[in-house]
Amino acid sequence: MKHTIAVILENKSGALSRIAGLFSRRSFNIDSLSVGATDNPDYSRMTISVRGDRVVLEQVIKQLSKLINVIRVSELDPAESLERELAVIKVSTDRENRAEIMQLVDIFRAKIIDVSARSMIIEVTGDEEKIDAIVLLFRQFGIKEMARTGKVSMVRGTRVIKA
Amino acid sequence: MPKMTGAQVVLECLKREGVDVVFGLPGGVLLPLYDAIYHSDIRHILVRHEQGAAHMADGYARSTGKVGVCIATSGPGATNLVTGIATAFMDSVPLVAITGQVNTFLIGKDAFQEADITGITMPITKHSYLLRDAKDIPLVFREAFYIARTGRPGPVLIDLPRDVTVAELEFYWPDVKLAGYNPSTRVHEMQIKRAAKDLMEAERPVIYVGGGVKFADANKELITFAEKLNAPVTTTLMGVGCFPEDHTLSLGMLGMHGTKYANFAIQESDLIMAIGARFDDRVTGKITSFAPKAKIIHIDIDPAEIGKNVRVDIPVVGDAKNALAALLKEVQAKPRSAWNDKIDQWKLDYPLKYIPDPNIIKPQYVIEKICELAPDAIITTEVGQNQMWAAQFYIHKDPRKFISSGGLGTMGYGFPAAIGAKIGNPDCDVIDIAGDGSFLMNSQELATAVVNDISVKVAILNNGCLGMVRQWQELFFGKRYSATILGRTSPDFVKLAEAYGALGLRATKPSEVESVIRTALASDKPVVMDFIINPMEKVSPMVPAGAAISEILDLEWCEETEISAMDKMLVSGRYVSREECA
Ligand SMILES: Cc1ncc(C[n+]2csc(CCOP(=O)(O)OP(=O)(O)O)c2C)c(N)n1
Repeated sequence: MKHTIAVILENKSGALSRIAGLFSRRSFNIDSLSVGATDNPDYSRMTISVRGDRVVLEQVIKQLSKLINVIRVSELDPAESLERELAVIKVSTDRENRAEIMQLVDIFRAKIIDVSARSMIIEVTGDEEKIDAIVLLFRQFGIKEMARTGKVSMVRGTRVIKA
Repeated sequence: MPKMTGAQVVLECLKREGVDVVFGLPGGVLLPLYDAIYHSDIRHILVRHEQGAAHMADGYARSTGKVGVCIATSGPGATNLVTGIATAFMDSVPLVAITGQVNTFLIGKDAFQEADITGITMPITKHSYLLRDAKDIPLVFREAFYIARTGRPGPVLIDLPRDVTVAELEFYWPDVKLAGYNPSTRVHEMQIKRAAKDLMEAERPVIYVGGGVKFADANKELITFAEKLNAPVTTTLMGVGCFPEDHTLSLGMLGMHGTKYANFAIQESDLIMAIGARFDDRVTGKITSFAPKAKIIHIDIDPAEIGKNVRVDIPVVGDAKNALAALLKEVQAKPRSAWNDKIDQWKLDYPLKYIPDPNIIKPQYVIEKICELAPDAIITTEVGQNQMWAAQFYIHKDPRKFISSGGLGTMGYGFPAAIGAKIGNPDCDVIDIAGDGSFLMNSQELATAVVNDISVKVAILNNGCLGMVRQWQELFFGKRYSATILGRTSPDFVKLAEAYGALGLRATKPSEVESVIRTALASDKPVVMDFIINPMEKVSPMVPAGAAISEILDLEWCEETEISAMDKMLVSGRYVSREECA
């Protein structure tokens, strides 16, 4: 089972490594982790995707909550939340496949952000499945390099997860 | 307001937090701090190894309930604290460890005696700080003490760069406001009602008590509660003393070396109320067979403990004292039942026992004598057989008077912890029950005890080996005593004590035991008692690793040939194979 957790943490030295250390020390499995600023400069928001059953998830949430620099930990219900991830993919191109790639880019509403003689960089955002799908399709042309941000997630509607 | 240096502010903070003693050893980056200590009226105990400082602060904290403070210099001083911090962390002991650090502008440059101590101790501290700005000193110290002593207590480390201690600032005394830390001490009323209902309906209840009851000072409430329900009480190693062991409802300790009747009671129980305990593997044995017939109520201040190791039917988050007080209001008195009779019968049928010997000293006998002659002493222990015998054969009655490294099992803990406990309780006898292996791990603190007139007593149960490991080798590794034979005379503990200016005493026969203990207790010096005990003695009963706790075995006495083989090994101080021996 995959679960998505949002963590609001204080921007203090060591806060990030405490969270990272917790995951390795307690052998929790994380698939992705992203972190960045919130509207309040004192806090960051981390989105963590963890694998495990309910018992594991409960431990992850409780152990995270114990960290002094962690202000809030919330599980995000996939049915009620949106998730987005950004990937940049450098694909091998040549004269023959360029058109086909551009078509795929269109279909996925991705963007070409760099073009050179033998490659293109494509930017795509979406949920995990969409990115997985586009990665799979680009494999046939040859992916030279790829970077993914890990997902960020937010609950639809009025519910707010803040410090 | 006049400006003060960072170092002076640190001492002012310690004073305001009620600290009257600190344990430490200075170094280059700590010179400004130690100069402030020189001018302060806070007592500083100079240790001979920083590990000793951490354990002393820990023993002081466990025995008094106050926060213990230890200080070490940057680099090796700080890393020497690590074992002590981990020990305190595993047993939830409130500790503030202050480490010196290189100047802020040198951090990260591999400067002389630089070690990333906040990084190293991250998994073994409740929280830690690297203080980069002198104006944060009062805030950080207030937070550190608050975090260390509240909720589930634990060690907090403050790393203090040298330039921060010489910078000047105006003193202020802030309030603590921590957005991410609100330990809940109050208990949920509905959960209490549910727990009370189950307790009233249970036919075979057992109360299983851990160190949390000690830290919450909830032992009085526990006694009243158990008596009201006529519910038997068993404790973990950490909970030893939280329920008086001479009480009719006491089952003593449970688990690997617990009493048979405690383990039987757990396995037969229909309702276990765990309080301030964490279902450690040494307690539960094979987890899937633990308490198969019981519903489980789990009361703990740390929500993360609930459901971590076993499934729990009724979780109650909160302080043990509040929970017991709330429960007490919800339950009605219950008379004695057939369950109580059954347990009393088990107690008669399966008492803790050993085979006394007129010629050779039995360790259990030494502990019984200590209990007889010093019934109200603070007992600290080292780790191994000595620890288990001390838990089993001394009659513990007071929660803060049994001090032992339960979670980490740190050899070398007991002696410095005894020094810390004695400093916190100068009018109490403090006795470290030790093994010859463990004692040598921090015996250098004899110097600290002698110089500061701290009259602690060490009772070495000298079996010439790393006894607990040897016991496992005897039982599970074909009597191949790989690296567990120390030999009888390495070193001569009486001479060692005397070399430091302490009193050394030795007993080689059972008839000498009592007079040695009496002499030690009467002395106002630190004393090392060297009891030459039967080397083959085993801790019994025992649940083999991985077995259910009801599969608890009595361990038999050894054959003559094994004893003579052991004698040869003790003389040579090394393993002697059977061929060599024959
Ligand atoms: C620092 C440390 N190293 C190793 C161990 C593993 N260990 C557990 S008990 C034990 C033997 C202890 O020997 P001793 O102190 O002589 O006590 P005895 O068991 O003989 O009473 C050892 C080596 C430990 N617990 N702590």
